[in-house]
Amino acid sequence: MATTTAVSPLFSSLAYFWYQLRRSPMMLLGLLLITLMCLAAALAPLLAVHDPDAIDLGSRLLPPSAAHLFGTDEVGRDLFSRVLYGGRQSIGVGIFVAFMASVIGSIIGCFSGIIGRMVDTLIMRLMDIVLSVPSLVLTMALAAALGPSLFNAMIAITVVRIPYYVRLARGQTLSIREMAYVRAAETFGAGKPHIVRWHVLRNALPPIIVQMTLDIGNAILMAAALGFIGLGAQQPTAEWGAMIASGRNYLLDQWWYSTFPGVAILMTAIGFNLVGDGVRDMLDPKQKVK
Amino acid sequence: MFFQIIRKRLPWLIVVMLGVSIITFIVSHLIPGDPARLIAGDRATDEIVAGIRSKLGLDLPLYEQYWVYLKGLLHGDLGTSIRTGRPVIDDLLSFFPATLELAIVALIFSMLVGIPLGVLSAVYKNSWIDQIARALAVTGISMPAFWLGLGLLIIFYGHLSWFPSGGRIDGLLGDPPTVTGFFLIDSLIAGDWDQFCSAVEHLVLPAFTLSFVHLGVVARQIRSSMLEQLSEDYIRTAQAYGLGRWKIILGHALPNALIPSVTVLGLAMGDLLYGAVLTETVFSWPGMGLYVVESIQALDFPAVMGFAVLVSFVYVLLNMLVDLLYSVLDPRIKDAG
Amino acid sequence: MMPARQSDTMLNAATTPPLGQAAVPVLDIDNLYLEFPVYKGAIRALNGVSIQVMPGEIVGIVGESGSGKSVTAMMSMRLIPENSYRVRTGSIRKSGRNILQASEKEMRHIRGKDMAMIFQEPMTALNPTMKVGRQITDLIRRHTSLSAGQAREHAIALLRDMHIADPVQIFDAYPFELSGGMRQRIMIALAFSCEPSLLIADEPTTALDVTVQKQVLMLLRERARKTGTAILLITHDMAVVSQFCERVYVMYAGSVVEQGITAQVIDRPAHPYTRGLLGGLPENAEPGAPLQAIAGQVPNLADLPGGCAFRNRCPLQGEPCSQIPPLMPLADQPGHSVACWMTAGEAAHV
Repeated sequence: MATTTAVSPLFSSLAYFWYQLRRSPMMLLGLLLITLMCLAAALAPLLAVHDPDAIDLGSRLLPPSAAHLFGTDEVGRDLFSRVLYGGRQSIGVGIFVAFMASVIGSIIGCFSGIIGRMVDTLIMRLMDIVLSVPSLVLTMALAAALGPSLFNAMIAITVVRIPYYVRLARGQTLSIREMAYVRAAETFGAGKPHIVRWHVLRNALPPIIVQMTLDIGNAILMAAALGFIGLGAQQPTAEWGAMIASGRNYLLDQWWYSTFPGVAILMTAIGFNLVGDGVRDMLDPKQKVK
Repeated sequence: MFFQIIRKRLPWLIVVMLGVSIITFIVSHLIPGDPARLIAGDRATDEIVAGIRSKLGLDLPLYEQYWVYLKGLLHGDLGTSIRTGRPVIDDLLSFFPATLELAIVALIFSMLVGIPLGVLSAVYKNSWIDQIARALAVTGISMPAFWLGLGLLIIFYGHLSWFPSGGRIDGLLGDPPTVTGFFLIDSLIAGDWDQFCSAVEHLVLPAFTLSFVHLGVVARQIRSSMLEQLSEDYIRTAQAYGLGRWKIILGHALPNALIPSVTVLGLAMGDLLYGAVLTETVFSWPGMGLYVVESIQALDFPAVMGFAVLVSFVYVLLNMLVDLLYSVLDPRIKDAG
Repeated sequence: MMPARQSDTMLNAATTPPLGQAAVPVLDIDNLYLEFPVYKGAIRALNGVSIQVMPGEIVGIVGESGSGKSVTAMMSMRLIPENSYRVRTGSIRKSGRNILQASEKEMRHIRGKDMAMIFQEPMTALNPTMKVGRQITDLIRRHTSLSAGQAREHAIALLRDMHIADPVQIFDAYPFELSGGMRQRIMIALAFSCEPSLLIADEPTTALDVTVQKQVLMLLRERARKTGTAILLITHDMAVVSQFCERVYVMYAGSVVEQGITAQVIDRPAHPYTRGLLGGLPENAEPGAPLQAIAGQVPNLADLPGGCAFRNRCPLQGEPCSQIPPLMPLADQPGHSVACWMTAGEAAHV
C-alpha cells in the first residue's frame, strides 16, 4: 500500500525517538562516544594545556604523567594536546567528506533517476567504472598524484565516496518515482521539480543519512590510513594517522606514542558506526514497535 | 548458464578496464611538476630534460599519449619504476604471491571465526552472545588495521616475544625454493620443517591483523542472512516434520544464507588484497602493498599507477568470478540464464 | 510397506471402531484457553475450544482470519514458540498423549511421524535450493531406519501414489521448477511419507487454482482412506468443507460456535454467524440481489466484549447474549450443537 510513506516516524516525534533510544544501549553508547570526541575536539584550545606544536627538546619521549597525560613525542611536544588538535583534523575531514560526498552524490543520483534514459545509463556506467577501482587504491593514487596535503586527501576521499551516494540516491529516486502517490501527484499536474523537492527528497533522505553517518567513520579511518602512509596533513600539523606512523619508530620503548592516537581513532569510528547502525535499525520497517 | 554469464560480462569487463585506464591516465597527469625533470634531476640542462621528454613521448599530444599508454597496457607494460628501474609489471608480479598468501590465510581465518559467530549471533538473537558478537564486529570495522598491527607487535613481540616483528621468514633460514611462491606450500614441498615453522610464525600476526576487520564484515553479513532465512516458511516445514534444531540451522538455513553472502564475501577478498597495503607496511611483509607504499614515499608514480591498474583488473575479474560462483551455487539462477 | 518400529501404534487403523468399543480420539482438544501475553494484557486467541478427531475421520474447522483456527492447528503440533503463549486451562492430547506437557525432544519424534502438517503456501514451504526428492528422503530417514537407497525407492513410490506422471524425474527437481499444484502434491507426499495417524491441513488449497484445488483435495482423501489417516482440515471456504469433511467445527473469535455433521450444519445452520457465512456464498445468492455480507468486523481479541463475541454483529442479538453461551445440542439433531441462546431452542419451533 503506497500511502504517504512516513518520512520517518523517527523524526515525527521526539518522544518516540527517545523511547527508541532507550531500547538500544549500543546506540546510546555511540552517541556518547561521538559527543565526547566532538566536544574534545571542539574544546581543544581550552583543554590542551600545552601548545601542540611547542617543541621542548628537554622533555623528549616522556611517559604519560600528570603534566603530560599522553606523554611526549620525539621533539618534546605534548601528545595529549596533539591528539586533541588532531581530532579537529580528523573529525573535520570525516564530516566534510561525508557531507560533500553525500550532497554531490545525491544530487547527481536524483538527477540521474529523474531524467532517466541515456543520461541515466551513462552516469551509472561511469559510477560503475569508478567503483571498479578499489577505494583505497584510488584514494592513494589520487592523493599521491595531487600531492600530500590535508586538502588533497579530503578531495581524494570525497571523490571515491561519491559513487555510493549516486547509486543510493538513484535507487531511492527510482523506487519512489514508481510509487502510487507520486503518480497521483503527477496526475494533479505537479511538475518534476515539485516532485523532487517534496516527495523524492523527503523519503530518500533517511537511508542517505544513515549512510552518511557510517561514512564519517569510514572517512576518518581512511584519512588516518593516508596519514599513516604520509599522504595526509603534513608536519608539523598533528594528525592521528601520521602520529601513529611516527610512533612506529619508538614502538617498543615508548608504547604510548602510537597507542593513544589509535585509541582516539577507534573510539570515534566506533561511535559513528554504532549511531549509524542504530539509526538504520530504527528506520528498518521490520522493526517497527507495535 | 555458466558461459552465458561470461559472454554477457566480458564486453563489460573490457569497457570497465578501458575506463579504468582512462582514469589512471588522467590521474597520472594530475601530478604537479614535470616528470621528465623529475627523472633527469635538478641539475640537468634543459636540453637533456627535453631529450628525456621526447624519449618518454611526453611531448606528444594527449590523446596520442593515451593511445601509447593503452597499447602498452594491452601488452602488459605498466611502465618502468623510477625507483627500481625495472618494469613495474615485473616488480608487481614478483611481490604478488606474498600478498596473495597473506590475503588467503586472512580470508580463511576470518571465515572460520566469522561464520560461526554470525550463525550464533542470529540463532541466539539479542542474547549476550549476540551482543558480544556484534560488539566485536563493530570494533572490527572501526579499527584502524595498522594500529591493531602495531598494538599486537608491542604485546606479542615486544613483551612476550612469541612472534617475530616482521618479514616472511627468518633471514637465516632463507627462502624456500620457489614453486608456487607461497612459502607455506613451498617449504613443505622442499621438506624443510624449519622453514615451514618460521613461515607460519611470521604469518600469524599479520594475518590476524588483516582478518580482524573482515571478521566483522563476515559476521554481520552472515547474521543478517541467517535471520532472513530463519524466518522463511521452509524452516517451519522442517520443524513441523521433527527435524532437529541444529540440523535445521546448519543443514538448511546456513547453506541458503551463504549463497547471497557469496557476493559480499567474495568482494571481501578484493578488500583484503588492498587492505594488505597497510598491514604489510606495519609488518614489513614483502608484498605488493609494501611496494606501493614505498613507491608513494619515493614519488614513483609509474609504479603507483601500475599498481592501481593491476589491482583494478584483479578486482573486476574477482567480481566476475563471484558472479559465476553465485550462479553455480544457486540452482535458481542457472535457469534464468 | 515400511518396516514398523516398535512405537508405531495406529499405523493400520481401521476406518471406524466397532460399535460399543470406545476409541481413543486421534486428536482431543479439551476446553483449551490459550492467550498471547502482550504489553499490558493478552490476546485471547482460544477461549474454551474443544475439538475431537476420531481415527480415520475427515474433520473441518471453518472460520475467518483471527478466529483461532490456525492457532489451533499450530498448537496441536506445538509449533508456537514456548515463551510467546500461555495456557490458562485445558489440554491437548494426541492419541492419548499429552501434547502440552511433552518435552521438545518428544515432540520432535511425534512431528512428521504421528502427526503431519501441510501448509497454505507450497511456494515457500519447501527449501528452494534442495532437490525435492532429497527433502522427502531426509524426512523418511529421520524417522525410520531405512538406507538411502530404500528411502529413495519409498519416496519414488510415494510420488507415484500422488499421481505424478514421472516420479523419477520429479525426484531430482527443484521446487521452483514445479507448479503450485505439483508442489502441494510434494507436500502431501512428505506428509504421508511416515504414515501419520493425523494430518493437519492448514488452508491447503487457498493458494491454488480452482481447477487444481479439487484434484488436491481428492488426492488427500484418497491417501487418507488408504492409510487410515485422520485429517483435520482448516479453511475459510465453506464450499471445500461441504464437499470434503464429514464433520465440521465453526470457529469465531477464538471459540467454537457451531459443530456437527457437515450435511446437517450446511443444511440447517443454527448459528447466525454460520448462516451469515453460508448466506454470503455467491452460489446461494439470488440473481440480481446484493450479496449478503455480515455487518461489522471481527472483534479485537485483546479486548473482547463480555458475553457472546458475535453479539455486536448479530441480527438476532438480545438480552441473554450478555452471557457467553455454551455449546448446546439441537433437540432433533443431537450430533449438531450450537453456541447461541437465540437459536438453540429453534429446532422445536420449525
